[in-house]
Amino acid sequence: MRRTLRKWSPFIAAAAVFALAPALSAQLTQYDLEPRSGMESHIGNITGHAKDAKADYRRFCVGCHGELGDGNGENFPWLDPKPRDFQLGIFKCRSTPTGTLPTDEDLSNTLARGLDRSNMPQWSNLTKQQRADLVAWVKHFSPRWVSEKPGTPIQIPAEPEVTPERIKAGRDVFAKVQCWKCHGVEGKADGPSAATLTDDQGRPILAFNFTEGARPKCGSTDQDLYKIFMTGLDGTPMPSFADNIKPDEAWDLVFYLKALEPQKSKEKAIAKQLGLKPVDPNAPPPSGQ
Amino acid sequence: MGMIKQSRVGPKFSFATSVVTAALMLTILMLSASQRANALPAFARKYGLRCSACHESWPMLNYFGQKFKDNGYQLMNDRDAPIWQNPGYWPVTFRITPIWHRVSTGKVDIDTYSGGVLSGSAIQRVTSSGFDLSGLDFHTGGTLEKNFSFYVLPSSDPTASFHFETVMARLDNLFGSSWLNVKLGKFELDNLLSEKRILTLTANGGIYQLYHFIPAGDGNIFGQMGDNQLGVEVLGHSYDDRTRYSAALLSSNDGQVELSYGNAYTGFVTFSQAFDTGKAGVQRIGAYAMVGEAPTTWLTTGGALFTGANGTGPAAIGNKSFSREGFVGQFYFGQHADLTVVTQHGQDSAWFGQGYGDLIDGIVTNNNTTGTVLPAGSQAPTWNGVLFEPHYVYSPQLIFIGRYETIRMSQQADGPGSAVPSASNLGNISTYTIGYRYNPFMTSRAGFAWHNEYNWLHSDGTGPNGANINTSELLLGFDFDF
Repeated sequence: MRRTLRKWSPFIAAAAVFALAPALSAQLTQYDLEPRSGMESHIGNITGHAKDAKADYRRFCVGCHGELGDGNGENFPWLDPKPRDFQLGIFKCRSTPTGTLPTDEDLSNTLARGLDRSNMPQWSNLTKQQRADLVAWVKHFSPRWVSEKPGTPIQIPAEPEVTPERIKAGRDVFAKVQCWKCHGVEGKADGPSAATLTDDQGRPILAFNFTEGARPKCGSTDQDLYKIFMTGLDGTPMPSFADNIKPDEAWDLVFYLKALEPQKSKEKAIAKQLGLKPVDPNAPPPSGQ
Repeated sequence: MGMIKQSRVGPKFSFATSVVTAALMLTILMLSASQRANALPAFARKYGLRCSACHESWPMLNYFGQKFKDNGYQLMNDRDAPIWQNPGYWPVTFRITPIWHRVSTGKVDIDTYSGGVLSGSAIQRVTSSGFDLSGLDFHTGGTLEKNFSFYVLPSSDPTASFHFETVMARLDNLFGSSWLNVKLGKFELDNLLSEKRILTLTANGGIYQLYHFIPAGDGNIFGQMGDNQLGVEVLGHSYDDRTRYSAALLSSNDGQVELSYGNAYTGFVTFSQAFDTGKAGVQRIGAYAMVGEAPTTWLTTGGALFTGANGTGPAAIGNKSFSREGFVGQFYFGQHADLTVVTQHGQDSAWFGQGYGDLIDGIVTNNNTTGTVLPAGSQAPTWNGVLFEPHYVYSPQLIFIGRYETIRMSQQADGPGSAVPSASNLGNISTYTIGYRYNPFMTSRAGFAWHNEYNWLHSDGTGPNGANINTSELLLGFDFDF
C-alpha cells in the first residue's frame, strides 16, 4: 500500500495542485503590505475601510485606474480623457478650496455621479458602504492623505432670486474674468485659448461647452456650478475665482450660464426677453470695474 | 534522474521528487494565473470595463451590469452613441463551449434481442459519454444612437443550425425619463434570475426547471418564461436601479416566428425593489406574473394540419388560459456569498392538462375541434415550485455554484373523478446542480472559463409503467467568448 502511494505520489501532488489552483490564483498586491491600507473614510455616519474595498476595486476599477491607482490600467492607451492618477491626490470635483484635498463626501459623490464625457460610470447602485470603502481605498494610494487634512468646504450662500439684472450682471462677470477665452463668447467651448488647453500632466483637455446640453462633470445643480467657480477644477486649466469674484457675482454667473444652456429655464426665458447678446471681447470693461 | 529508482512495479518517485513536482507546477500555475481577472466582450471592449464590472461571474449580471442593461446597454456617460467609438469598432462577440460530458438516464425501455431477433424490452439505465460541443452564439448589441439600442443574437444548436434567439430594438429614456423605455422584437423576459445568463451548462442544469415546467401529459408550451418571446415591453427603473418594473405583451407562440399559432396573447409583468443593507450589500425582492391564453384548436385543410400560407405559420383558435406567478429574492451576504430564491405557482386550463395545446411540436396530439368535450374528472393542473441558487464568489475569477429546484403538483389534470386518476405526485421534479467556474484571466477583451458541473434530476412517475426517473450529467469544458 505504502509503495503504491509512493508510486502515485507525484500524480496525487499534481492533482492536488490543479484542484487548488483556482484558490491560489488570487494574487496579493504590494498594497496588501502597505501601511496605508488601514485608511478610513467618514461619510455621514458610515465609516469606510480601505481593506474592505480591495475586491470591489479589483472588480470595478482596476481596468482603468490600475492596480497601483496610478491611472495606468490596461485600458489606459484607449481612454480619453485618461483615468485619474490617485497617487497624485489631485481631484477636480471638490467642495474644498483649490489646492486642498477633497472631503470624503466629495469623493463618494463623484463615485455615485460618475463623470460625463469620460469612461467613469455612475456607481450609484453600489451601497453607501461600498462607496465609503472605495473612497478609503482611493485615498490609500496617495501619501497626501497622511500628511494633509481635507480642506474646509466652502460656504455657499443661499441662492438668490433670478432677475434680469442678475443675468446681465452675470454676463459682465463672464467678460470680466475672461471665461470666454476658453469657453467662447457664446459658451461653445471655442474661445481663442480652447485649442491650447492641457491638464497638469500636459494632456490636451477640452473646455466645457454650455450649449450642447451636457451635464457638467462635477454636477449640474446651481450649487454645483457655484462650487466649480469658487473651488476650480484642480489638475485642469479651470481656476478658482474665489479671490476674484464675490459670492453674489458667482450667483450672477450661474444664472448667465444657465441662460446659455439649451434646456428650457427661467434664465433662458429672461435672456431671450432681454435680447441678451454674447459678450464682446473687445468692448471696454463695464463701468466701475 | 538519480531520484528515480526502478522497481518491479514501475518507476518509484521519492518524496522529494513529489514535493519538487508539486512546487514546480504550483509556481507555473500561479504565474500563469497571475493575470488580471473579465463578459460580453463587445461591451467590455467598448467601455474598457472588465467582465467583472458587470458580471458576478460571466455571464451572470451583478447589480451594476443589471443597471447597464436597464439603461439600454448604456453607461449614461454621454459617450454611449457609436459616434464616439472608433469607426472600426464592431460590437460582435461569439461564444461556444467545447466539452466532455457523461449523461446517465435511468428507467429507459430498451428492446432486447435473442438470437438476433427482437424478443421484447427491458427497463435499464442508459449512459453515454464523450467529447462534444455546445451551440454557437453570435451576440451583437449596443447603441445605434444615444438612447436607441439593439440586440441581435443568431444562435445555433450543436450542429450549426441557426435561429434568431434574440432580435430587438429599444427606445430608451423616453421623455428624458429612465422610467419609460420600450422594447420591440424577440427578447428575454425580465426575469431577475436570467436563464440566458445562467452559470450552468448541462441539459437539465443549464435551464431553470421552474421556467419551463409542463405537467405530465400537458400540452401548454406557451408558458415557458425561460424562452425568449416575441412582443413589446415597457420597462423602467429609478436612477440608481433600486426600483424596477416591466410589462410585456407577447404573442403566445413561444417565440416562434411567422405568426404561428394564431391570435393569442400573453402578458408578463415584473416589479422589484432593492435595499441598501450596508455591509451585507444590495438586497432585492420582487414579484412576477405571466397570464395568457394559447390555442387548443388547430385548423386543418383536407383533413391534414394547415401549415400556413402567405408567410404565416400554422393557425389555431380555441384559446384557453394559463398563469404563472411568484416571488423573487436576491440576497447578498457580504462580498462573497449570495442567494437567489424564486417561487412559482402555476396553473393551466384543464384543456391543456388533457393534452390540447401544442400540436406542432408533437408533444401532444389532441385537437380541440368542434364538439370535443373534456373527459370526466378533468381539472386544471396546478403546481408550486421553488428554486434556491446560492453562489460563493471567491474572487471575480472563481465562483462556486449550487442550485436546488423542486416542483410539486398540487392538482393533477386527471382528478379523483377520472377513469384513471393520476397519482398526486405524477410529474414532480427535484433537481440539484453543483459546479464551479474559473476564469484564469480577466481583461476587457475576451472571456474564458474552465467549467465543471454536475446535475442530478429526479422526476416522479414519468418513466415506463409510472416509474420514477433519475437522470444525471457530469460536464467539463472550456467556455469562451471573444
